[in-house]
Amino acid sequence: MLLLMSPWLVGFSVFFGYPLVMSAYLSLHHYDLLSPPRWVGLANYRYLFFTDPQVGAAVKNTLWMIAVLVPLQVLFALGVALMLARARRGIGLFRTIFYLPALTPPVAATLGFVYILNPVTGPVNNILKRIGIDGPLWFQDPSWAKPSLVILGLWGVGNTMVIFLAAVLDVPQHLYESAELDGANWLQRLRWVTLPTISPVILFAVILGVIQGLQYFTQAYVAGNIASGQASQAADVTSVGLGYPEDSTLFYPVLLYQHGFSDFQMGYASAMAMLLLAVSFAVTLVIVLNSRRWVHHAAGALK
Amino acid sequence: MSAAEVTTPFVRRRRPATVRRKRFLLAVANHAVLIAAAIAFLAPIGFMLLTSLMTSDQALSARLWPQPFAWHNFVDVFTTAPIWRWTLNTLQYSVLATIGVLVSSVPVAYALARLRWRGRNVAFMIVLIALMLPPQVSVVPLYVMWAKLHLVGTLWPVIIPNWLGDAFSIFLLRQFFLTIPEEYLDAARVDGCGELRILYTVVVRLAKPAIAAVALFSFLYTFNDFFLPLLYTGENAHHWVLQIGLSEFRSLHQVQWNLTMAATLVVMAPVIVIFFLAQKAFVEGVTLTGVKG
Repeated sequence: MLLLMSPWLVGFSVFFGYPLVMSAYLSLHHYDLLSPPRWVGLANYRYLFFTDPQVGAAVKNTLWMIAVLVPLQVLFALGVALMLARARRGIGLFRTIFYLPALTPPVAATLGFVYILNPVTGPVNNILKRIGIDGPLWFQDPSWAKPSLVILGLWGVGNTMVIFLAAVLDVPQHLYESAELDGANWLQRLRWVTLPTISPVILFAVILGVIQGLQYFTQAYVAGNIASGQASQAADVTSVGLGYPEDSTLFYPVLLYQHGFSDFQMGYASAMAMLLLAVSFAVTLVIVLNSRRWVHHAAGALK
Repeated sequence: MSAAEVTTPFVRRRRPATVRRKRFLLAVANHAVLIAAAIAFLAPIGFMLLTSLMTSDQALSARLWPQPFAWHNFVDVFTTAPIWRWTLNTLQYSVLATIGVLVSSVPVAYALARLRWRGRNVAFMIVLIALMLPPQVSVVPLYVMWAKLHLVGTLWPVIIPNWLGDAFSIFLLRQFFLTIPEEYLDAARVDGCGELRILYTVVVRLAKPAIAAVALFSFLYTFNDFFLPLLYTGENAHHWVLQIGLSEFRSLHQVQWNLTMAATLVVMAPVIVIFFLAQKAFVEGVTLTGVKG
């Protein structure tokens, strides 16, 4: 047993246990990687909560992204899954089409969308212009940058959709038939049969969506970098363009990256990591505890 | 479907014509919406493809269709950027990490699924928690650790952890191992097999689809990974993987959207090819776990 578990025991201690303890330790120190850590007490946390001028924006952007993207993704994936489940033909082809974007590398997908949504040369605004609409500035406009990222996020919804589709197709047929006998219409069958049966899967998607929202990084980093047009020179990846435009895509993990790995304020970045850790834990806990109210757990009666 | 019809104890009465017509129209509407959505999902890739075939002047104009088709863009991409080196670096990361994930996660998943020992449930809980935590939480101390080992600037900090167990793979394999009938294992035990031999003769053979799925996920994940490679190799262009190279591509080639889109498609291509090649193995693995999950 010990032999079988040994890789994980080492891996867990070195890559999970040690960093957590070390993060807590470093968060109470000033550390720049060059000189030894210097004890500063709670100064990092004080700065984090009261002084840092960017934390407010970063937290707000992250919450905005979670509050908008997660429900939209779930609704969209569910809608497509329900329609796919009703489709008589081409279900495999449709599934492939909707799933493929989810597999594409996030960097590539983001680059593609920054081009497609380019205000001047991008095809979307070109087409909009032809039908007489002045398209928005998308990634160049502080109030449109996050919605543009939401569109990108919805394009990559295939994973959730495939899981939902499997769950919808798995709903026992006899439940629908008895509901139909009771005179339930389409909407009522959805409300009282489909949704309760697949609610654990929806809960899973929501938790996953929130967790991913908390670590939202790659798309924001690439979009900010490319859209700002000041992407750094080769061999010198700096944080120029992070949060562009006007901090509207500055998400918490992006700010953490900037403090930790372009300013090398390791102690302060550790304090930010500790806050992220606490929030991730709290969010998962709250969702799981509240889920009893609305998630249907298949009871013995069904089996 | 047919089973449900057999057990239905009543004969369905023929529905009135109005109801049938309504159903037909609903089905048409359903398909229409699906087709529209499918076009919307394909459009971005279509636009990327069209742009990648334009000359750089056309890419900056309002035209949507390349005229003439600039096929040489796809050659230029390879001559203007060190794509082959990025590809080799990516393969180094993806292949070594995937082998590591399999070698280290299979025994752990087996111990968690089929052996009884004190603390097993606690260990499984910790795996689940590790699965939930954002990588940013532990990244600062790990960076410091790798810096002290003088490995920042190489790909080893992103490869080595995979040789020591990956939470997602352990979780997925464990779920599959749980479904293997105990009789197989008992039969092997009666024959005098040790647990290690049972694992590598009986379990691994039965779990091939799940192992293939884990390998596939792991390969795709590492191929697409950006955050950790950026963190450790961002400053050292010699060790850039494809994703970092791509993110910097446009700054190396001032505003050449046509070449940038060609590079984007080159980076997407392996994923798409793998998906179509492995779709069957992938779906088989998923359905096999789903049948008795």
